[in-house]
Amino acid sequence: MIPGSTRMVFLPDPRPMPSNFFSTVKTIYEATLEDGFSMWKRMKERMTPTDIVMWLIGGGMLALIIWGSTATLIAGRYTAHHWFDFMVFGLAQGSIYALIAMGYTMVYGILRMINFAHSEVFMSGPYTAYFVAAFFYSSGFLDQQPIISLLAIFLVSMSVSTLIAVLLERIAYRPLRNAPRLVPLITAIGASFFLQYTFRGLYGSGFQAYPVVKILEGEWAFWDFRILKFQAVVIVAAALLMAALYTFIQRTRVGKAIRAVSEDKEASSLMGIDIDRMIVTTFVIGGMAAGAAGVLYALMFKQVHFSMGFIPGIKAFTAAVLGGIGNIPGAMLGGIFLGLVESVGPSLFLDGLGIVAPYQLKDAIAFTMLVLVLIFRPTGILGEKLAVKKA
Amino acid sequence: MKHSIWQDGIKIGLIGGGVGVLLSLIGMVEAFSQRHIISNVISMGHTLLLVIALLVGYMAAKRASQTQPLRVLANGLISGLMVGGLLALLVMVGNLVRLRAVFINASPVLYKLLTFDYGIGSGIFLLLCAGTFSGVLSGLFYLSPALARRVLLTSLSSVVMAGVLQDLLRPTFALWGPLAIINEWLFAANGLTIQGAVSLFILMALIIYFWAKRGSAVKTGFRGLPPTKQRALRTTGLLFLIIVLLILPQVLGLFLSEVLTIVGLFVLLGLGLNIVVGYAGLLDLGYVAFFAIGAYTIALLTSPELGFFGFSFWSALPFAIIVGIIFGVLLGIPVLKMRGDYLAIATLGFGEIIRILVLSDFLRPWLGGAQGVGKIPKAAIGSIEFAGPQQIYYLILAGCFLVGFISWRLRDSRLGRAWMAVREDEDVAQAMGINLVAAKLLAFATGAAFSALSGAIFASKLGSVYPHSFNVMISINILCLIIVGGMGSIPGVLVGAIALVGLPELLREFADYRLLVYGAALVAMMLFRPAGLWPEAVHRRELQEEESVGTETESLSGPEPGKQEGV
Repeated sequence: MIPGSTRMVFLPDPRPMPSNFFSTVKTIYEATLEDGFSMWKRMKERMTPTDIVMWLIGGGMLALIIWGSTATLIAGRYTAHHWFDFMVFGLAQGSIYALIAMGYTMVYGILRMINFAHSEVFMSGPYTAYFVAAFFYSSGFLDQQPIISLLAIFLVSMSVSTLIAVLLERIAYRPLRNAPRLVPLITAIGASFFLQYTFRGLYGSGFQAYPVVKILEGEWAFWDFRILKFQAVVIVAAALLMAALYTFIQRTRVGKAIRAVSEDKEASSLMGIDIDRMIVTTFVIGGMAAGAAGVLYALMFKQVHFSMGFIPGIKAFTAAVLGGIGNIPGAMLGGIFLGLVESVGPSLFLDGLGIVAPYQLKDAIAFTMLVLVLIFRPTGILGEKLAVKKA
Repeated sequence: MKHSIWQDGIKIGLIGGGVGVLLSLIGMVEAFSQRHIISNVISMGHTLLLVIALLVGYMAAKRASQTQPLRVLANGLISGLMVGGLLALLVMVGNLVRLRAVFINASPVLYKLLTFDYGIGSGIFLLLCAGTFSGVLSGLFYLSPALARRVLLTSLSSVVMAGVLQDLLRPTFALWGPLAIINEWLFAANGLTIQGAVSLFILMALIIYFWAKRGSAVKTGFRGLPPTKQRALRTTGLLFLIIVLLILPQVLGLFLSEVLTIVGLFVLLGLGLNIVVGYAGLLDLGYVAFFAIGAYTIALLTSPELGFFGFSFWSALPFAIIVGIIFGVLLGIPVLKMRGDYLAIATLGFGEIIRILVLSDFLRPWLGGAQGVGKIPKAAIGSIEFAGPQQIYYLILAGCFLVGFISWRLRDSRLGRAWMAVREDEDVAQAMGINLVAAKLLAFATGAAFSALSGAIFASKLGSVYPHSFNVMISINILCLIIVGGMGSIPGVLVGAIALVGLPELLREFADYRLLVYGAALVAMMLFRPAGLWPEAVHRRELQEEESVGTETESLSGPEPGKQEGV
């Protein structure tokens, strides 16, 4: 009510006064009924044919998934050991996605743009570190001092990725900060291809086999289940890194400043925060996470290539969207969830549908999930108001 | 103030030198040195580095005012020296350390090129001198009057262009008796001859000089003509253009016709995406999906290898387009509510899903899996079979005309205006009574139809379809060409296709660096010239308004695009 206006005060309440308990109940009941009815009517009015088509598609997908999963489980082609292996693999892959997704989600939070070139930030680190690893391997240092060499590899990879991320921000994104939305996205796509083919020119177009680290070979046994060592290491390392980054964002002054900038740029600049510096810091953190993720990825799949960033990049983006873009814990959760679905999914629900070679379709599962999330819940699992504001 | 000059020169010079070193290390300099611009005088690789040094010198010189010639020259000198210095450093480091273990292109050949084949000591001295000299030249260039600059720039770049495009020009001249003399005068076995380069330079300089003096008179003379005569002149021009287009493959020979057909296919695709991205502002990164759908529909309906239907090309074509439209709508419905980057990623996802599905063993009995589908019959009218590139060209040309005409008519129609309103602001457009669902779906459907047409022709041209021909790079390629040409502009699509598809086909050395250049072009266009080389009228108006706000326009990158749009 507008202050100073007193008109409303003198008007009588238009609703009839309830005379006794029963009539009160009856009124409330009727009101609720009416509310419910009108809500239904409103929903019916707002429901467009496209909505119906979309819900049908979604329902159909769900039915297929349930049907496929049931069929697989009844057929019992896979034992508990199989499922356990799938889960561990999915967890390892998912934690790598989660690390990359951090970069996407933080940059989105602070600049409201998809850093499409983040997949190249991810690729540049391990590809450069490959030469360090190869040198250590050929000189025998890798076998003598595996821990130190691994640390050095991580360090090189993280610093190269960080450098690329910072250069990217400085050259490609900073001049376009106030441009229309499509412009930085197109720039990012361009930068992505430029970087990919620059590294191809620098290091060659072949696949490079990452040297084998002996201490990561073999497996650990827990009762009846066995875990490949490197998968366990990948999971643990990724978890530690994520915990460190999360603490940094939540607990330190700089982290607080970054969160403030992504909340409201003008206000935080009025509070004395240097916005440019915070944006660069964001890119640095994202680059470090991507560089570390890159080495983990290279350790897991044992090779690097100039286009190795594209698919994990898109999947990490899916993970970020899945968790609610701009939301850091969401990105972690989304990454792990996506990793699990991708490794369990083909055997769980595609196999049951009688699809030949279901594993070929694992990328299609990730992309379908991306599209479904974008359609039905663009705010993601841990959706925030941010996505609503934007959509 | 004194040290700010140094800072400017050094900073810009270091950036330029860094670019030079990068280009050398990724192998561009070496690859380009195969081709000589002027025979036995300067190769394309050297030209590349020279252009960098000149550009850097010019940019450094521009930091000082023209009233202080000494400072301008000092800036140019320092920055040029920096470029030379960094390249010299690369050579020195390369001779001490085996860089090749990491950078595969840091070969002795590269060092030889960089030192002009004079050995380390004198070569490095020469390199430094060349850098300094070109920096000073840029400074002098900056100090010279505007007309001289324009004449110099245009004629120099046309000499370079003639050298770069020698493979296009030489066979064309050779086919025509009287022009063969020109050929001999201009070209040696590898690149332009010296006398050819000089005479071309002088010719272009004279043309530009007189155009600069008299050009405005010609233009006002044209404007002064009565409208009917203007129209007649335009129509004659258009007719002439059409005739040229019709006889082009006969003039150019087999290889160039093949290049033309590829350009034509990309023009078709570009016109389609231009409707989706340029008109309606829906950034679609999965556009290649419709290209694939068109091609696979043709394959499915005509190929005896699959043996389902055995249609002829012409009876299968309408189905291809209809299936394209259906998929355009089907894939459009889910993304109706998305905007900007979400839309881009979702469509990218669709494109990949379709490619993965086609590639999978699951759909192999129907779509051929990784081996693709072969034995697709050629299109034929009566006894004329569109078999080789010289015949397919006409098919594509007809398609381009049709699609170009449709998009031209659509642009100013009610629907076209609705699309543009949606592009500018969705909410306002809806508030003005535009049916967003219909507008967006129609955009997707039209774009998909054009793309499917292109895919159909592509399938019949190749005679086979493989899932690998339809990867995301094609989508990026098309996006790139409409952005470079100018979003929403029909001639822009043509310009973009020629620049980004035609040129790389002509320059074999280019093949490896194609996507690199595309990426750089996308970034550079967005940074310096977001409206494209041949902007759409609306965008141009907007840009002109914004110029007063004080954005720096770059006119260095090339000649100013056309005067009047819309023939």
